[in-house]
Amino acid sequence: MHTLPQQLANGLFLGSTYGLIAIGYTMVYGIVQLINFAHGEIFMTGGFGALTVYLVLPHGTSLWLALPLMLIGGALTSVLIALGAERFAYRPLRNAPRLAPLIAAIGLSLALQQAVHNLYPKATSPRAFPQLAAGPWHLAGIRIQSGDLFTVLAAPICMIILALFVQRSRTGRAMQATAQDPDTAQLMGIDTNKIIAAAFGIGALFAAVAAVCYGLRYGEVDYSMGFQAGLKAFTAAVLGGIGNIYGAMLGGLVLGLAEALATAYISNVPGMQQLGGGSWADVWAFVLLILVLLLRPQGLLGERVADRA
Amino acid sequence: MRHRSLLVLSIALTGALTVTACGSRGGNKSSSNSASGGLTVTIGVDAPLSGQNSATGLGIQYGVQIAVDDANANHLVPGVTFKVKALDDQAQPATGQQNATGLVADSSVLGVVGPLNSGVAQSMQQVFATANLVEISPSNTNPTLTQGPNWASGQKTRAYKTYFRTATTDALQGAFAAQYASAAGKKNAFVVDDKQAYGAGLAGIFKDAFAKDGGQIAGTDHVNTGDKDFSTLVTKIKSSGADLLYYGGQYDEASLLSKQLKAAGANIPLFGGDGIFSATYISTAGAGSEGDLATSVGVPVDTLATAKDFIAKYKAANYPGDYGTYGGYSYDAATAIIKSIGSVVSANNGKLPSDARAKVVAGVQASDFDGIAGHVSFDQYGDTTNKQLTVYQVTSGKWASVKTGTFNG
Repeated sequence: MHTLPQQLANGLFLGSTYGLIAIGYTMVYGIVQLINFAHGEIFMTGGFGALTVYLVLPHGTSLWLALPLMLIGGALTSVLIALGAERFAYRPLRNAPRLAPLIAAIGLSLALQQAVHNLYPKATSPRAFPQLAAGPWHLAGIRIQSGDLFTVLAAPICMIILALFVQRSRTGRAMQATAQDPDTAQLMGIDTNKIIAAAFGIGALFAAVAAVCYGLRYGEVDYSMGFQAGLKAFTAAVLGGIGNIYGAMLGGLVLGLAEALATAYISNVPGMQQLGGGSWADVWAFVLLILVLLLRPQGLLGERVADRA
Repeated sequence: MRHRSLLVLSIALTGALTVTACGSRGGNKSSSNSASGGLTVTIGVDAPLSGQNSATGLGIQYGVQIAVDDANANHLVPGVTFKVKALDDQAQPATGQQNATGLVADSSVLGVVGPLNSGVAQSMQQVFATANLVEISPSNTNPTLTQGPNWASGQKTRAYKTYFRTATTDALQGAFAAQYASAAGKKNAFVVDDKQAYGAGLAGIFKDAFAKDGGQIAGTDHVNTGDKDFSTLVTKIKSSGADLLYYGGQYDEASLLSKQLKAAGANIPLFGGDGIFSATYISTAGAGSEGDLATSVGVPVDTLATAKDFIAKYKAANYPGDYGTYGGYSYDAATAIIKSIGSVVSANNGKLPSDARAKVVAGVQASDFDGIAGHVSFDQYGDTTNKQLTVYQVTSGKWASVKTGTFNG
């Protein structure tokens, strides 16, 4: 068990990325009850946006200088795409049957993947993402690499800013009101279109931060990276209680830890050698999801709400 | 307002569809249009041309392209113009099977080079066998493809007489790797595979051969293709005390695994098969890949005088992908098909007989010529008789050959 601290850290790094992406699913669902299946691709475009900024900067620019610009570039790309998607794909379908925006989201997800695959230079295979030349650092038997450090710093900072924004700012409170009852909120003078767009925008912003974390940790971005990451983040959002922003982050961390521990230790349990290891990580993550949903259908931090008509 | 944006959307969609339709119509036209005065014969290619494994897949496509261009330029078969039809299987068995069906349906296709992946080959063999269409893989190394499921116990049976390969098998490759590892003083190996026909087969053969040579197995694990995060696995390997990581699979996962392994502070080499022998492996894995090992089929292409011209053409045309792994074998596979078509045509007064596909299969079986990557001929199972293998090591950011030979017991 001497590897336990490292394995817990591994799960934490992985889970932080899931949590950052999960925010996007949960915010949009909380306000318009739409599962935005294109969110994984919005995450992916954020990664390519950041990479583009790095590539247009003069060769040899220090990554420490480039990183803030890359974050801005990635965020601009994914926010613009998310707002465009909201304006042209989802808003026209807002009063349509639930299934219509869902299908639109799936279509959009495929379209974005293919667009990057075909239009971005050399994106048919993974593109190298720059790496921070620093570290690794050792802390209580845990080895932390530069990409991991960026992730564990970025996730809580983003989370605190979001919590303050939602609780303190006018727009944040308007968001809560719209989530509770969009019709009444509109009658009280809230521009719900703006609020919904803001939810998409914030989700995309967090996805872009997650994409930069992803690029720094794995050293590459590719056009299909949004699929698996999006699926995991959606699972995290449901696990934590969809609609609840703290739940999304918690769900991400729980999912990441579950995957890491299952990979590391299940195969040591007598009689379960065949059921452990890296290829079973997803299975155990989903077993956990099913268990949580059986015992707490609303998710870890979700509130039980009556179904809307 | 809503109606207007819907209108804009549908106009955009209609526009996009029209463009696509025009594109495909144009494509069909050019493929059915035969060269004036002569016959046009198509050589099919099936390989992953985008996404996973595409660097080596593109090497196959353009290896064949150069063979076809050479055959046309040298009038290897008088009166026949060859062209290439390359399909992308994305390393997916189901897509490979669809592509096989498509190639079979195109009557101008008389032979196919590919696929890259053994798992994809399994899904295509039957389709080509029922259509009597010859298929030569430059890279499949799983022994079952030619020798049947019970090859290990010595009961070799050939299921598909249309299937050939210019690469040797993992039965030799895995054992060759184990022999090299033992000779290099490695005692304790951690074995990981990607659960695919190629990776799992190769890792299993290595594991058995390494244990037989007196080595310890520190542990085994499996990964999923497409995985990016191996931090947990890496922690496990590091704490197992292994002095070697053997990986059965492709460069996509192997490069990230090697990178994360070295970054975690485990300074043991990753050893893989021909699936990781690609320049892309080194560029993705970075500086940490220094000292990593790979076996590959054949002798190093760069050292062959016969392949110099091929490499020069590949570089001059600025083709994408890695020619180093299977480019030479792809060239030879295409040439075997072209030569066979040549003898079928000349035996029939310069025309294609009605049963051309069956005759081409028989012609390929009888192949006997010196290709650019070695002698090309096939045994009774469709396996190459060229059983050369080479161990490569990453030295100063490049694959350098360290040992060439054949495996003998």
